[in-house]
Amino acid sequence: MAGIEVSALHKRYPDGTIAVERVDLSIRDGELFVMLGPSGCGKTTTLRAIAGLERHTSGDIRIGSTLVNDLGPADRDIAMVFQFYALYPHLKTKDNLAFPLRAEGVPERQVRERVDEAARMMQLGPIMDRRPGRLSGGEQQRVALARALVRRPHAFLMDEPLTNLDAELRADMRTEIKHLQAQLGTTMVYVTHDQVEAMSLGNRIAILNKGRVEQVGTPLEVYDRPASLFCATFIGSPSMNLIDVEVADGALRAAGGLVLPAPPGLPRDRTLIAGVRPEALEVTAPGADGAVPARVVSAESLGDEIIYVVDHGGSRDLRVRTEPTVRYDLDAPIGLRHSGATTPVYDASTEELVA
Amino acid sequence: MAISSDSAVSGTVPDDPPLRRRRRGRGGAVVEVALLTVLAVGMLFPVLWIIQTSVKENRDVYAVPAKFFGFSMTLDHFRDVFVAPAGGASDLSAAFLNSVLVAGGSTVLATVLGVPAAWAYSRFNVRGKKDQLFFILSTRFMPPVVIVIPVFLMYRELSLINTHLGLILIYAAFNVSFTIWMVKGFVDEVPGEYEEAAMLDGYTRLQAFWRFTLPLLVPGIAATAVFALIFSWNEFVFAIFLTSSDDVRTAPPAIAGLIGGSTVDWGLVAASAVVYAIPVLVFAFLVRKHLIAGVTLGAVRR
Repeated sequence: MAGIEVSALHKRYPDGTIAVERVDLSIRDGELFVMLGPSGCGKTTTLRAIAGLERHTSGDIRIGSTLVNDLGPADRDIAMVFQFYALYPHLKTKDNLAFPLRAEGVPERQVRERVDEAARMMQLGPIMDRRPGRLSGGEQQRVALARALVRRPHAFLMDEPLTNLDAELRADMRTEIKHLQAQLGTTMVYVTHDQVEAMSLGNRIAILNKGRVEQVGTPLEVYDRPASLFCATFIGSPSMNLIDVEVADGALRAAGGLVLPAPPGLPRDRTLIAGVRPEALEVTAPGADGAVPARVVSAESLGDEIIYVVDHGGSRDLRVRTEPTVRYDLDAPIGLRHSGATTPVYDASTEELVA
Repeated sequence: MAISSDSAVSGTVPDDPPLRRRRRGRGGAVVEVALLTVLAVGMLFPVLWIIQTSVKENRDVYAVPAKFFGFSMTLDHFRDVFVAPAGGASDLSAAFLNSVLVAGGSTVLATVLGVPAAWAYSRFNVRGKKDQLFFILSTRFMPPVVIVIPVFLMYRELSLINTHLGLILIYAAFNVSFTIWMVKGFVDEVPGEYEEAAMLDGYTRLQAFWRFTLPLLVPGIAATAVFALIFSWNEFVFAIFLTSSDDVRTAPPAIAGLIGGSTVDWGLVAASAVVYAIPVLVFAFLVRKHLIAGVTLGAVRR
């Protein structure tokens, strides 16, 4: 087991596209580290560079204390799970599992022991004699995971492994992967574009955009204090409300009269944007204490909650998350109130967190 | 996941005709069948005539009006295809052997060169890939007759005129472009992750290709090879320009050479044409599953 150190990783394709731009990541030993971002953000390229499947243009990659820049994929002692599983179609489950071990020249008795162990962990007993073509998506995914397990590698690399599963199975597998990783304590780097997956799985999350790392932090850090406007809108569903504000009398004031608490250390002479989570706002009866007048534009009832879109006289409508019992009609006059929690504030020109 | 083309093809094809028939009614179906019948008769009539001629006695061959029924059958023409009038092997049988050698050799060469190239074009970032691929295909656009004179002059310098190797090379040159394009399509269908997984398991890129991708490509390669084989087998222009001796000449110019002079032995022409068509038919029949799978499906399904 080992941590992974990526420093100043740069990847430029022959046609000039820059896929990864000076990325630094420090992945700790035993950590479940998620790389999150939209497609084309460089997360998969970074993962493939760590695996050795993609040659990077410059920068260093260390697995444990070994500099692996010039090592082939097989010599890095890592296992990877692919989006399309990549199970060898002509081999039965048990031979797919044994394959990496036999390739390594492990004695046959040990091969059998380790295959059995992995099969037990992933509960593959009934499908050991079937070929991939006769397995469901979920079963193939379990076999792919088991094949990574038998290697007992320094680290697992997961490239969007749950993308091809249906929603329910995805949630189950998510739990299972998290449990498995915690049990084994093996470093895992997990790539996904699904923020729910990232939030629920990761010990820490790195958010990538356009080849750069925008933020690294625990799920809570990333959720509460997104490092940039991009992170603010990428994490959370519905996403954070971005409100143009001005500083006056020690508070942030938005058009329409909404007042938010000002964090200390705000810069002067900048256009500022406050990020407010939908649950940090509250819909009240009109004229309630501390509430500004607003109007319901639309409402999405999700069963366990209602998302109101409200017009408060500002430049953008705001989303407000409420209990399902709070009911207002469309176009109804309401009051809008902020819960008072600290608010991250961004510089409108650099789009970065300033306080 | 991947399935073999056999299992892809052998199962009953989900049928929509019942639905179509319901929509268009019985009259539509009758018209459809009638049109297809006319088309089939039109297309197959020359074939039927050739086959008839090949088994007719000479006096029936030249009978006017032509006898479609009630002629006497003989296999003499087929004997003449293989056996010279004076005994021993005929010139035509030598031509058939030349065709086998040239078509087989050029197909093998085109496949051996084209498949790795197709794989490389599919898997790797090659500078100017699109332009290169278009250039490769463009060599196939050219009608052979356009370049046959320069090729002839080059071949004369290189002493490739009147050699099997010369024909094999020129046919392979045409077929390589076709093979690259066609096989690249099949490689694109095989997820690169197979190779990458194998590389993580300790294989080199080439070993990974050989052990995992190549077996999945076999149906596609077979289909491609059949097309290449048929092209080489049927090719006429280069064969007639680049060969003159009976030792090297392939069957198409040799058969064409039977026509001319004051009398034409149509029975022999027909019999040799039938004999020459048989191998291609048999081969296409043997790999028909792969042909269908290769042409319609792609070699594997994700």
